[in-house]
Amino acid sequence: MQFIADGILNASLIALGALGLSMTYNVLRFANFAQGEILAIGAYFALGAVTVIGAGVGVMGPIKFGWPLLVSIPVGIVCTAIVVLMVDYLVFRPLRNSNASRITLIMAAFGLSLMGRNLIHLFAGGDPKYFSFYIPKAIEILPGVKMVPDDLAIIALSAIAVVSLHMFLTRTNMGRMMRAVSENPTLARINGIDLKMIIRMTWIIGTALAVTAGTLQGHIFQAKAEMGFDMLLPMFAALILGGVGNLYGTVLGALVIGLAESFAVYFDLSAYRAAVSFMIMLAVLLVRPQGLLGERE
Amino acid sequence: MEFLGILSFLIFFLIQASFFSLTSIGLNIQWGFTGLFNVGIAGFFAVGAYTTGIMTGPRYAETWFGGFGLPVPVGFLAAIIITAIVATIIGYITLRLREDFLAISTFGIAVSIQLVANNLDELTRGPEGLYSLPKPLSNLSDSPLVDNALYLVICVVVIGLVYWAFERILRSPWGRVLRAIREDEHAAMAMGKNIFIFRLQAFVLGSATMGLAGALYANFIGFISPTDFLPIFTIQIFVMVIVGGSGNNLGAILGSVVMWAVWSASDSLIAAVVSPDFQTQAAAARIVLIGLILVLMLLYRPQGLLPEKHVVSAAGRMKLKGEE
Repeated sequence: MQFIADGILNASLIALGALGLSMTYNVLRFANFAQGEILAIGAYFALGAVTVIGAGVGVMGPIKFGWPLLVSIPVGIVCTAIVVLMVDYLVFRPLRNSNASRITLIMAAFGLSLMGRNLIHLFAGGDPKYFSFYIPKAIEILPGVKMVPDDLAIIALSAIAVVSLHMFLTRTNMGRMMRAVSENPTLARINGIDLKMIIRMTWIIGTALAVTAGTLQGHIFQAKAEMGFDMLLPMFAALILGGVGNLYGTVLGALVIGLAESFAVYFDLSAYRAAVSFMIMLAVLLVRPQGLLGERE
Repeated sequence: MEFLGILSFLIFFLIQASFFSLTSIGLNIQWGFTGLFNVGIAGFFAVGAYTTGIMTGPRYAETWFGGFGLPVPVGFLAAIIITAIVATIIGYITLRLREDFLAISTFGIAVSIQLVANNLDELTRGPEGLYSLPKPLSNLSDSPLVDNALYLVICVVVIGLVYWAFERILRSPWGRVLRAIREDEHAAMAMGKNIFIFRLQAFVLGSATMGLAGALYANFIGFISPTDFLPIFTIQIFVMVIVGGSGNNLGAILGSVVMWAVWSASDSLIAAVVSPDFQTQAAAARIVLIGLILVLMLLYRPQGLLPEKHVVSAAGRMKLKGEE
């Protein structure tokens, strides 16, 4: 049973990152290979904010990360979003305007991902960084299942983020416009939707989700330059497994991938975690390429 | 002595450049001619290197498979076949689907191959790698210079053969279909071409070439470990092909030699100028620069240094002359 609890924690982080990936995939229409670096850069900005506030202050009862971490997430989101919007302006906007193919966009993202990782190496060094140094104490939540209170809080935070995204996309005008653009950009434009604004919003939301995932992941484990790159394959696998374009599918996909990964750890195959998500992805592409909840194109 | 030193450096440089050149030709048939985006170049290169390592290498105490000590040409052939099989599986699953699924899957295969290389000690000896791989023609003389010169000849012959074969097939009707698919897949489909089969052939052919390049590398260096096959390698090859000119095999070779010269020169520059405390930062800065070159090329000169030659059929040429 323990591995199910671990798997759900893992899945909640994958889900956040994959939802961000899904936003850029559906609205901007390309697989953003730099999503992992958005996640990592965000985690480093948040780490900076936590360090400024002072680690260890603001402990809230059994949850050790306290308010500094909650404050650092929006700080990380704002800083990272500025970087991401600048990169979009300098790289992706000109490529879109010159009608570059989808593959050219992916390739640019792949190059930017490499740059992002090494810029972290350059400015923050190659050693892993820690948000805190206390040793967490697990409590028994069900017979035989132990979890750290922080981890429970993180699962709850992720659930809140997913529900807010759902509310945003279905209940607000901006969300509806975004969905319209993802369905049919030309038709959306004819109806007077400002594409440029939608593109910026998409980047911001995708960044917000990635930075949240990165910061929480950094808190549980550590922050390092490759943290996002290592998450990329599970995130893509969740996206494809759930069905590209279906946000609920992405959450479901993340759940399956997260559980499968902790299953692999359970069977002492932790070294092959990333390969597990790849195998699931290949199997899905072979049997049901539209994903679990996706519709056939 | 001075002259011999320069000569031996030059030979070593050209041998290394030829690994990149061969890989670039392999990518060119996928990306340059057919428009397939392969993010797993390092993985296919690694499969070739490890295959020849297992086939031609000595028997290691801790592995339960391999160490067959077979002749090097057998290793090369095995590398081509195994890489082709891996590419066929990936291609069969993903090439029918939307184009970015190929990118994601090739990325996945490269990550998985890296994991196998790092963790399957019984086959790959993990991070310690395979060592003492045989180098062909090295028993003919005692001088390392002659050894390397002979190996350069092997590399040049292999690249020459591959180049000649690719130029021939790319000029054939088969090659025209590839370009047609790249320009407009629906038009190609309407002409009755099974674009899936053509894409699969181009993908497997290109990947097998990368596997051969990996084998050539493994038997020259004599030692391979997982850190030889990092994602940076994939980016380097893309930069080489794009700088040289995608869709032009001579351009791919030129791009490889030029970019490898830039890379090696910056290596020596960092070693000479940067103090040892900052070497790792300088190395990171250099990788940032490679990424920047890729992005700038995509933005400002996507056609590269040697753009693709537009091929017009003999009948078309006559018609053009007639119109003048």
